[in-house]
Order: sequence, then structure tokens, then C-alpha cells
Amino acid sequence: MPTRRFFLRNSALAMVGAGAAPRWLERALYAAGGARARQKILVAIFQRGAADGLNVVVPHGEKAYYDLRPTIAIPRPTSDPGKKDDAALDLDGFFGLHPSLAPLKPLFDQQQLAIVDAVGSPDPTRSHFDAQDYMESGTPGRKATEDGWMNRALPPSTGNAAGKVSPVRAVALGPVLPRTMRGSVPAVAMQTIESFQVRNAEAAKQFEQMYTASKDPLIQAAGRETFEAVAMLQAIQRQPYTPAAGADYPRGRFGQSLQQIAQLIKSDVGLEMAFADIGGWDHHVNELGPRASVGVLANLLREYGQALSAFWKDMGDRMSDVVVVTMSEFGRTAKENGNRGTDHGHANSMFVMGGGVKGGKVYGKWPGLEKEQLYEGRDLALTTDFRDVLGELVSRHLGNRSLKIVFPGYDPKVVGLV
Amino acid sequence: MRNRVGLALACALGLAVAPGISAYAKNKHADPARQFQKQLAGDEKILQALNRLTWGPRPGDIQEVKSMGLKKWIDGQLHPEDITENAVLAAKLKTLDTLNMSGAELVRNYPTPQMVRQMVNGQLPFPTDPDRKLMLTKLMERFEQRQAKGGDAAAAPNAMNGKALSDLLSPQQLRSLRQGTVQQRLEAFQTIPKEKQDDAIGAMPQGLRQGLFAIAPPELRRRFEMANGPQQMVARDLSEGKLLRAVYSNRQLDEVLVDFWFNHFNVYLDKGADRYLVTEYERDVIRPHVLGKFKELLEATAKSPAMLFYLDNWQSVGPDAPQARGKQGAGGQKAGPRGHPGLNENYGRELLELHTLGVDGGYTQADVTEAARCFTGWTILQPQRGGEFAFNKRVHDEGEKTVLGVRIPAGGGMSDGEKVLDLVAHHPSTARFISQKLAMRFVADEPPAALVDRMAETFRKTDGDLRAVMKTMLESKEFFSQGAYRGKLKSPLEVVASAVRAVSGEVDYAWALANQVAQLGQPLYRKQEPTGYANSSKEWLNSGGLLARMNFALQLADNKVPGVKVDAHQAARPDDPVGGIALGSPEFQKR
Repeated sequence: MPTRRFFLRNSALAMVGAGAAPRWLERALYAAGGARARQKILVAIFQRGAADGLNVVVPHGEKAYYDLRPTIAIPRPTSDPGKKDDAALDLDGFFGLHPSLAPLKPLFDQQQLAIVDAVGSPDPTRSHFDAQDYMESGTPGRKATEDGWMNRALPPSTGNAAGKVSPVRAVALGPVLPRTMRGSVPAVAMQTIESFQVRNAEAAKQFEQMYTASKDPLIQAAGRETFEAVAMLQAIQRQPYTPAAGADYPRGRFGQSLQQIAQLIKSDVGLEMAFADIGGWDHHVNELGPRASVGVLANLLREYGQALSAFWKDMGDRMSDVVVVTMSEFGRTAKENGNRGTDHGHANSMFVMGGGVKGGKVYGKWPGLEKEQLYEGRDLALTTDFRDVLGELVSRHLGNRSLKIVFPGYDPKVVGLV
Repeated sequence: MRNRVGLALACALGLAVAPGISAYAKNKHADPARQFQKQLAGDEKILQALNRLTWGPRPGDIQEVKSMGLKKWIDGQLHPEDITENAVLAAKLKTLDTLNMSGAELVRNYPTPQMVRQMVNGQLPFPTDPDRKLMLTKLMERFEQRQAKGGDAAAAPNAMNGKALSDLLSPQQLRSLRQGTVQQRLEAFQTIPKEKQDDAIGAMPQGLRQGLFAIAPPELRRRFEMANGPQQMVARDLSEGKLLRAVYSNRQLDEVLVDFWFNHFNVYLDKGADRYLVTEYERDVIRPHVLGKFKELLEATAKSPAMLFYLDNWQSVGPDAPQARGKQGAGGQKAGPRGHPGLNENYGRELLELHTLGVDGGYTQADVTEAARCFTGWTILQPQRGGEFAFNKRVHDEGEKTVLGVRIPAGGGMSDGEKVLDLVAHHPSTARFISQKLAMRFVADEPPAALVDRMAETFRKTDGDLRAVMKTMLESKEFFSQGAYRGKLKSPLEVVASAVRAVSGEVDYAWALANQVAQLGQPLYRKQEPTGYANSSKEWLNSGGLLARMNFALQLADNKVPGVKVDAHQAARPDDPVGGIALGSPEFQKR
């Protein structure tokens, strides 16, 4: 008996031969995966502004942490019901999560969330702009790199079973295409799936003609990619989206971005790489409120944690095809500054989440926080290069072994996450 | 009239006069250096000047510049103080009264609910205007009622209002508000006694309110907006003011430069007290200096409450300062035990990286820390009440410092920071960095090095005279070259303003236009990062952004952008039956 996949492939091929496959069928083919295994997807999250990794993944077993942060340290884990809500959530006896990240604790416990600590970019810059640029290009210290690592990391595509390459292999949520997605492979930026269209069908045709015929090669290419993606998304725009399993995305841009990504994945439009960002991590002043569970960092982490947890719930079994990885341009000073905040530092932490992730563990060698152990006497030192983490996900999860192209001039080391 | 508009659009698009291929397309294939040697002539030259020095050509602009003479027109734009301002603009700005207020006046007249509560409790002074006092008190009552009901303060005020419309108005008044045309309803509303009007606005259902708002005269419209919370008017006026000026001002280059320099010295409106500090920052700190000496502009930003707050310097405390030893930081906060150092490097770093030398300008982490030490004590008096610059020597680090190899002796007090400003303003890296950034905005994404060198030389020779630097650029062959022509992709603000100008749109109110700019990716006064918005074309080139531009063009031409009227007949042309195709075309995205 022919399988569903077999049926789809053959009938679609027949139709392609005759003309064009309808979009629903094209999508069905991405779902079936054609000749290849089911599509693997990498979702990258950027925390812009340099998140304070030491207050996110709290080294509560390190005495120096509490010495360096007399007023803004996250208290040690406790079972005291009066203090529990403001204390770190223990992960492994040494590290703990910020209390606002409670929604992520079950993921860690079910070994779907791994954390890498003392990780980041080896470049010493403490400039937000430069450090983000380096992390997005994937080439620390090299400004001339034109494209981003996510674009280079897209495996060469043979398309679906009908030989059709999806126009939405790479999608960034937001008003502009981030540096990390720019490059030779078409990538689209969108604020929402729903708004990704020209609202007048007659005008849409005229615009499509004008843009695809533009003599300006940059505009022409952008125009062609745009209208191909519009055609692809048309069908799913009409269906209202209800997250599965009662997943409750927080209000705000970040939660909405993750919901759109979930929708794209579940709609089988051929998504392989997605990007979302969340800003506001630059906490030079009053990072914590009167207690650890209130204040700017706590609020932001709550939104962040709830969004990731909602995504995980919403994705359900599909999480086995997906890895979510988070990063921030650098960490913050180990010692608090004079305003109950922290200044620009060096190493940070990264989260890696997904069905195929060897989670429930904090990876990376802990360098310690004693004065002589700190980078330049002030910041958490780096023991894992962020490219080690990303390289492993690109090669082992996405199956793109050409790491010399993705991270030129660097030879990623094995972390063992997937 | 129709022909004039058609011509303007064609010109704005470069259709009538431009060769089809854009400059930055050509750069990909041809030798860019040679393209910057090829000179523009005739209308192309005028169009280049209009596209770069204004917010977009209007119908008739080419002719006007032609009859005046291009050189004379440019010279005029470089001396905005001699240009008579457009009376239409002045009339439109008149209702945006926050634009003329000090920070302290803003706090008093446009307070947050928390501030009104402080006024009620006598901790903050009420505004002197009795009408305003009454209005705020009533708003407060409504706010408290909502809170008491456990409502969300951010929810629409009418949703959980204390009083229903039927409690406020007589049955007859109520009927007349619910019947007839919008115009008749508006007239009915205006017969309601004034003291009841604000309550009635607060109690109106959304639909009725929107209907009346759309046709209300400006003063009444403002009261409608105030019902949503007076504090939001400050941000609204800023964005509206920027768009109105871009569309209507005769001092176009001045407005372009105010935008450029605000973005260079970016501050973020939504960071705490900055909500009330940005208005005077743009008006009194940026605007007066955009064609003056760079050093004066820099010093004005360094001492502005808006910048001191945004980059946290107002709270920076010298590690060994008297007050740090007394365990008390600036702003009355505990600086931590054991004389915990209260240095905050944020301003010191961005000063060097973004405001002056540039990230490759040759400074180190040590320079950042030392500069930050110099600025300790540069703070703000009462930032939450409008703010004022002050030097607090009790938190100043009095020790010796070395910045960029220059020794700053101990005991300099406030002059330490001034020395740093002097040092960086005259640093050769600054001359180069500023020239490069101006050339990127006005000439090309990758401006020719020779031009930047000449601009930097002018910068150095004239002690950073920004008008002279602009002049060097505007008299250069590179500015009027094929390499520069139509080679920049417009930013969202440029797209929106130039579209309105190209079709001679009448702007009644501009917040809907401002929302469009935000939708396209550039919320005004709301760039959170100190970098400001990107200066290069490719930052704005992406699929979602292109679609949003097309949709905006269609909406504008179809008169679907609230507050803006365009003559639909003018916008629609035989080759553009739905209207707005030209405005959404690839060519219109460039300048």
C-alpha cells in the first residue's frame, strides 16, 4: 500500500511536470519531507543589550559571587516558603536559575534544556554594536564579513520532493532583516505572518511586476524573494492560529515572535532557520528591585521564560525537529557597579532547548570568580567559544558539515549538546 | 494641477530625467571610484540636491530651485536663520504646546497618574491653569476608580469608567449624541457644558469617540487625546512635530540635520525620566547647534539632563569620592557597603565610541574607565521633575586621570569632564568619524575616501565648524556625481515624509503618519540603543519592510491614513488605477 508520502510525491511530480503545483501541495511536500528526512529547524534568539548571565544562571555555589554583588545577587536556593520565590532555582547544586525563569525549570528537568556557561565571543570588545555585529556575523574581530552565520549555515537545498526550494527557509521576526540572516540565501523579515502581504490584489500584481523587473539588482532580488514568500504564506494567512496544548504566549513582541515561528513550523512551509530578538538587557542601574523577583531584570526574564516555555508547549512533538538557541553579545561585570547595576563584561550563558538536546545539564568549564580568575580582573572569563555551541547545532542538528564556510577561520570544538 | 503633481512624482522618481539604472546598482558592476568622478548636470543636479537636503521634492520644487539658482538655494539652506518659516507650519504646531515647554512645565501639565496623585498629596505643584487642574483632578478620580475596581490601568479608560454616559448627560443630550451625522453629533457634543465634557469623553464608547475625533477642531481633538492619559501627549507631540516640520518647513536642510544629529546623539524617550527630558533636548540642545561648532553641540549633549539620564552618568559615583565613602550614592541610593565603587562607564564608553572617536578611533578600555572617572559628579537635580544639570563635587573622583595619553591632574573638579570633551572634540579620529558619518547620510553608503579626507580637513581647520564641513561636502564633485545619484535607500521616515510631499498631502494631524513610520521599522524617538538608527541602505532593505512600504503608499493615495488628505484624482493616473503604485514603486524607495 502506498504511503501518504509516496502518494504526495508522485502526484505532485506529475503536476509539476504539467505546470505548477498548487501551494497547499507544495507545503504538504515540505511536511512529508520528500526523499529526505523530516526537516530540522534551528531557532536563534538574540538578547540584545548584554544580559547579565550571572544573574540568569546563578552560580550560587560560588562564594565570590555573593561577595561581588552585595545588593544584587540572587539568593541561594531555599525551601523556606517565605523566601523561595526570591531565591535561585537549583539546577545541579552549583548553578541555579533566576526565580523568574521558573517556567523553564520543567524543561531542564525533562532534559530538553541544556545550559552552557562561561560562553561567548572571544573578542574583547565591550561595545554593544561591535559585539552584536561579531556574534551575528559569526566572525569575532572581523568587521569586513558581509553575511551572517545563519545565512551561511543553511544547508545547500535540493528543495522538496518536487525540487522546489522554499522561499521561506529563513525567516526573521521583526521590521528589519538582522545582520545574522543577511547573505546569498534568500531570507525574509516579517513583523507578523498576517501583515506579510500587499493588501490590494490588483496593486500586488503591479508591484510584483515592477519589483521583479527593477534594474537595481538589490531591489530586484529583494522584490523577487518577497513576492515568492508572499505567495507561499497566502494560504496560512487566512487561518486563525490557536496555539496547541493551551500554550500561553506572553503579550509583547517577543512572545508574538515565537508564536509566529511556531505557526510557520507547524504550517510546513519549509522553514529551516528562524530568528527573533528581545531587547532591554542593558541594566546599568537598579537591575533588581527590592527583591530578586521584582524589578527590570525579573520582569524581562519572566517574559522571556514564559515565551520560551509557551513555544515548547505549543510545539509538542514537533520539538524533536527543533533546536532553540539563545545568545547575548557579552556578559556583564562580575562585580555590581555603584548603581545596583552592572557594566559591560565578557562571558555569558547560552540556552539550548529541543527534543534532541542532551539537556538537564550545565555545560562548560566554570572558571571561577576570584579576582585572579576574572577576565581583565573584572568579568567572567570565557571557557567556551559561542561558535562551539552553534557549530555543533549547525553540523549535528541541521546536518551542514561545511563549518569552514559557516565559521571561517575557526575550528569548533565538541561540546556534546546534541 | 494634475500635471504638476504628475511631473513632481515623475521627478521624485527620477523617471523623466534619470537613466534607469540606479547608482548603487551600478556600483556593483562598475568601478565605484569612476562613478564618483562622473558629473551630474541640469535637472539631475537639482534633483540630487533636493533628494539629499530636503525631505523629498514637492511639485514645483525643481522649477523653484532652477529659477533661484542651485548654488543660491543651497547657500540659503545652509543659513536657515535667514529663511522665513512657513506660516502654515507655525499654525499646525500651535496646538502641540508641549514642544515649547520646559521639562518642569511638562511634568506639571502632562503628568502620569502617579504624579497627579503626588499633586493631590501636595508633593508636586499643580499647574497654575485652573482648567488644567480640574481636568487632572478628574482624570485622577477616574484612574482611582478604575484601580479600585481592580482594572488594568493600561486598559482603555472608557472600558471601566466610573461614570456611565447616562449618568452624566440628560436623556436628550444622550439621544442627540447617538443620532444623526457625525457633524450633528459633534455639534451636540459642543452644547454640553464644558465642565462635563471631559467626563463625557472618558465615558464615550470607542466608536463614537473615534467618529467625533476625526472631525473635531484641534483644541477639542487634544482634549479627546488627553482623556487617554496626559503623559502620552509629550511623545505624541514630538513625533507629530517632527513629521509636520519634515513636510512643511521651509528650512528643510535644518530639519534633516536636526534629525541626523538627534540620531547621532541618540536618547531613548521611554527610559524613565527621559519622557519629559527629550523635548527640550531636541529643541535646546540639538537644534541650535546643527550648523554650529561640534564642540558646542557635544558639550550641550554632555550637560543635558536627557543624555545624563539616558546613559546613567547622573548616578555615577567616584570610588573614592566623599559621598561614596559615606556609603551614600547619587540620587540618595545606597552605594553599597565598604565604600563600594559607584563608577558607571556607560556614558564614558558611548562618548568615545559613538559620539566622537568612533569604535576604531584608537581608545582602550582604560580610556573608557578614566573618562568615566572624569565625569563623576555630572548629574541632574530632580530628574523626575524636569531636571537640571548640576555638578555634585561630593560624588566626583578627585584623583589624577589619564585619558587618551593626556594627564588630567588631581583636583580638577567639574573641569575634568570639560577637558575630556575638549580633548575628544579636537581629536583627529573625531574629525574623520563625523565626516564619514555625514558623507554616508548625504553622499553614499560607502563615500569616497578622498571626500571624507577633505571634509575632515575642513573639520580640523575650522575647529569643527559643521556648516563649513557641510559646505565642503556640498561643493564637492562627489556629491553631484553619478556615484551618489539615487544611490541611497530611503529610511522609513524619509519614505513617509517624501511621499506626503510628493503628492502635496494636507496634514491635519500627524500621529497616524508617525505610526506608519514606526510600522516601517523606525519608531520616532524610540531607538533604544545609543547607536541610533542605521545610516546605510541595506539596513532598510528587506521583504517585510518592502511590503509595508507598498501598503503605506496604497493607503496614503487612497486617503486611508487618518489626518492626511491627498487629492485622489492627483494620485491616481492612467497607469496607476488603484493609486499609490508610483509611491510604492522601487524607484520611490530611493533618494
